[in-house]
Amino acid sequence: MATETLTLGKALNTGLRRALENDPKVIIMGEDVGKLGGVFRITDGLQKDFGDQRVIDTPLAESGIIGTAVGLAIRGYRPICEIQFDGFVYPAYDQIVSQVAKMHYRSGGRLNIPMVIRIPYGGGIGAVEHHSESPEAYFAHTAGLKVVTCSNPQDAYVMIQQAIASDDPIVFLEPKRRYWEKGQVDLDAPLSEAYPLHSARVVRPGTDVTVLAYGPMVRTCLEAATAAAEDGRELEVIDLRSLSPLDLAAAYESVKRTGRAVVVHEAPSNIGLGAELAARITEECFYSLESPVLRVTGFDTPYPAARVEEEYLPDLDRVLDAVDRTFGW
Amino acid sequence: MAKGDPGGTTRSRRAAPRSKKGAAGDPELVQLLTPDGERIESHTSPDGTEYRVDFTDEEYRGLYRDLVLVRKLDAEATALQRQGELGLWASLLGQEAAQVGSGRALRTQDMAFPTYREHGVLYCRGIDPIMPLGLFRGVDQGGWDPNEFKFNMYTIVIGAQTLHATGYAMGITMDGKTGTDDGEAAIAYFGDGATSQGDVNEAFVWASVFNAPLVFFCQNNQYAISEPLERQTRVPLYQRAAGFGFPGVRVDGNDVLASYAVTRTALDNARHGQGPSLIEAYTYRMGAHTTSDDPTRYRIASEVEAWQAKDPITRVKAFLEKQQIADADFFAEVDEQARRESVHLRERVLDMPNPEPVTMFDHVYPNGSPLLDEQRAQFTRYMESFEGSAH
Ligand SMILES: Cc1ncc(C[n+]2csc(CCOP(=O)(O)OP(=O)(O)O)c2C)c(N)n1
Repeated sequence: MATETLTLGKALNTGLRRALENDPKVIIMGEDVGKLGGVFRITDGLQKDFGDQRVIDTPLAESGIIGTAVGLAIRGYRPICEIQFDGFVYPAYDQIVSQVAKMHYRSGGRLNIPMVIRIPYGGGIGAVEHHSESPEAYFAHTAGLKVVTCSNPQDAYVMIQQAIASDDPIVFLEPKRRYWEKGQVDLDAPLSEAYPLHSARVVRPGTDVTVLAYGPMVRTCLEAATAAAEDGRELEVIDLRSLSPLDLAAAYESVKRTGRAVVVHEAPSNIGLGAELAARITEECFYSLESPVLRVTGFDTPYPAARVEEEYLPDLDRVLDAVDRTFGW
Repeated sequence: MAKGDPGGTTRSRRAAPRSKKGAAGDPELVQLLTPDGERIESHTSPDGTEYRVDFTDEEYRGLYRDLVLVRKLDAEATALQRQGELGLWASLLGQEAAQVGSGRALRTQDMAFPTYREHGVLYCRGIDPIMPLGLFRGVDQGGWDPNEFKFNMYTIVIGAQTLHATGYAMGITMDGKTGTDDGEAAIAYFGDGATSQGDVNEAFVWASVFNAPLVFFCQNNQYAISEPLERQTRVPLYQRAAGFGFPGVRVDGNDVLASYAVTRTALDNARHGQGPSLIEAYTYRMGAHTTSDDPTRYRIASEVEAWQAKDPITRVKAFLEKQQIADADFFAEVDEQARRESVHLRERVLDMPNPEPVTMFDHVYPNGSPLLDEQRAQFTRYMESFEGSAH
């Protein structure tokens, strides 16, 4: 077993490299992905090794990145598009929602758009405006797209390769504030077996409250679980990994045992993923619930100035507070 | 300016001071067949490009047949919409020459990316003309295979397809399929309104910097629904190309020969590795934008009449008659074929069955989705719960 300690960013880079090696039709395109290796260096060294026909520095035009990738996909390529930051995906929103997501459907299954749209997302790095957003609900709401996100280096390495290999168009959200966190990565991990792309995972078993999280919030919730354990409460933390479709079998099983559920995400709460999760859990686990499903989320404001983002972002205390409240009913 | 007066030449002239004739509405165009049916031997553009065609009599007759058939089928579709058999129809009336000329200039290996109005190009690609009617009737989403016919799906979102065409053309280059006579090229169709869209301008940038083997084919039919050309541009559209770094040419879009010649030249340049170009086919939409539109609200009869005199079909007919390439029997035979095919089209449209409702769950994802499987199962149970239901 070839196991290495890698940051999440390096794990993505290694996964991308593998995909480029394995399939000559895989190409990477985006702003500054070539010589610079992307602003987060996720494509570092790839243009050097695979050439500027495989790793393409594009004009500064997001709709163009996605729209031309649609044409390349029709032509038989497997484009991986990098959107530089979450807040800059909106110029490409029409192409993603109206074209990428619907092309297979509109063509009666005759055209596949096997595209991966990589977006560094979320806050916590002290960035200026438009650099810290969580746009997942916009995409998860769109039929024809799949939306996934990773929370640790091992998943990052495997999931990016799974996403590239899939014929489904996939919005791949990268938790940018976890790019530098290290973990063990099994470089020989099989792609399809233990954890298929669209499966959730229990990352910490527990008996008292089910905590659902994804991407950057998984670590926050694990820390909350450690703190709660000191108070004698065992949180079960589930990393959703796939936001569309949601894999909720493990969550239902868990909530039926614990009777309590808390959903945690950085995105604003209004019409967000948390609302969907709460509704589904309520429908499926109604007779097991001891209290309503609670949400811990960002506020319904634009992402605020960096100096107050610590207050905006759900943290350990807010998660623990919600856990306490589930015992108040 | 009088209400509805298309005018605008004064303003446009001010906007483009360096061009001699080049106001947005004052064309300097490639023409090989005048409205009276006179042949012009060849046209040499200021950049030295010479446009000419050399058709056999049979080919001339074939082009005429295409024009008449396409117009007749389009008229039949309009009638079907009026009778409630189609939800909507976007007529190509007046634009037959631009579409047949460019469509016939495509080679088998070339790929076309249409809007929702390219029924004439679709016909030239060998696709059954019933196909787009399913989309407008609401029984399918366009039934042809884009890969088989090298003609992509219709695109409703204005301009989106120009980027798809650009990416596809980049793929042609990456596949090493340019640089020879049998190289490949792509063509993107769009309207004058579309030239205001970001996607079209991004496509111009991309095609240019990647030297994509692509022809941008703009049918300037003078209106974007109700908005006249002056609302989209203050310079002639073909001149935009220069700013992006590739050639642009304006062609008489009601002249099938010139439309053919400029498209063939541009496609050949593209397939030989010379990159993109923009063709502005200067034409006029004679009917409504779509069947839900009322053009009398925004344009005047005299303008329509002026364009009537430039009709794309009558000029070919005049030419064929003058040159004695075709006789009365031929014209009668073409009319009869058009009548037969339109009757056939009508019969088949009336027979188009509604899709089974459960098919709405098909083809959302190539690899399926558990969420959708669950909804499909729920829906099926629900439909089955109706006693005596056929579903
Ligand atoms: C992005 C977008 N905005 C608006 C519309 C609604 N719409 C449909 S056709 C049209 C006018 C298009 O004009 P033009 O590009 O000149 O093409 P034409 O229909 O005249 O051939 C508009 C505004 C649309 N389909 N897509």
